[in-house]
Amino acid sequence: MTRSRTYPDESAGSFPNPPATVEDTDGRPIELTVLEPTDEEGFDDLVAMYGEFDPSDRAQGIPPTGEGRIRDWLEPLVADGVNLLARHDGAVVGHATLVPETDDVAALDDLGDVEWELAIFVHQPHQRMGIGTALLEHLLGEARRRGIERVWLTVERWNAPAISLYERVGFERCGGESFEQEMSIRL
Amino acid sequence: MNVLLGLVGSEESTRALRETIDRTRETGDDLTIAIVEKPEIDRSPEETREEVRRAIAGAGIDATVTTLEGDPGSALVTEAERGGYDLLVIGGGTESPMGKIRLGPITEFVLLNATTSVKLVR
Repeated sequence: MTRSRTYPDESAGSFPNPPATVEDTDGRPIELTVLEPTDEEGFDDLVAMYGEFDPSDRAQGIPPTGEGRIRDWLEPLVADGVNLLARHDGAVVGHATLVPETDDVAALDDLGDVEWELAIFVHQPHQRMGIGTALLEHLLGEARRRGIERVWLTVERWNAPAISLYERVGFERCGGESFEQEMSIRL
Repeated sequence: MNVLLGLVGSEESTRALRETIDRTRETGDDLTIAIVEKPEIDRSPEETREEVRRAIAGAGIDATVTTLEGDPGSALVTEAERGGYDLLVIGGGTESPMGKIRLGPITEFVLLNATTSVKLVR
């Protein structure tokens, strides 16, 4: 599945690295940590957040509903991808993920060889408090540290707040002639 | 029911073909399969036609197979209208690495322009 997109010529510059503690717009501390594939407790905490996720915020079929389907969806993402959790008082309140566009990430010598798809979800009670932006910036910092160069995403065309957030950190619109807007960034 | 299945030779078309043939075997619908040429697909219309023939023969059903030329979306919508079909069936999208459902431009055109009911096969 090779789908070649256009990417900005210039690198988007530097991003902060996790782990980090940031404040949301209410001044509450939010911890940003990488979720390692071996961290079963962290995985369960993430499943718990999606279990309470408002299904009206689904985009293009994800996240799924029901614990079994949530686990089936997350397992390959956590095994092969780069995942960042946002926690408040220990509970996961946000998740940002990068998934490689390959079936065999272990075979890659250089993570810069493939394109990575990005998505961010913030639990509804914590939305519009800056957590999505913090997750996005720190995930891109972690990605760059690991040698990832090309990141893309799709967003529904009507979702202007999300599109402008992505543009602020350096994503550019790149085609997508359908319901979704495709955007890409070079790290 | 008079059913028109549109195929563009992609993976999602293969799923739509299988599902529709199974359904036809159960319901006894009148099935017409229209193969549409889509330049950027690796598989040629001949290969798709061969796959369709094998699938029909294997299932033991009757179906008319036809080829449509021109812009895929508008060719399917026009054929569905002119042929008096009750239902137009097409592939219902692919999934991104993340598992996001993605609808291509042909699907979008059909959904927005068809005057018949449309079925998307996931």
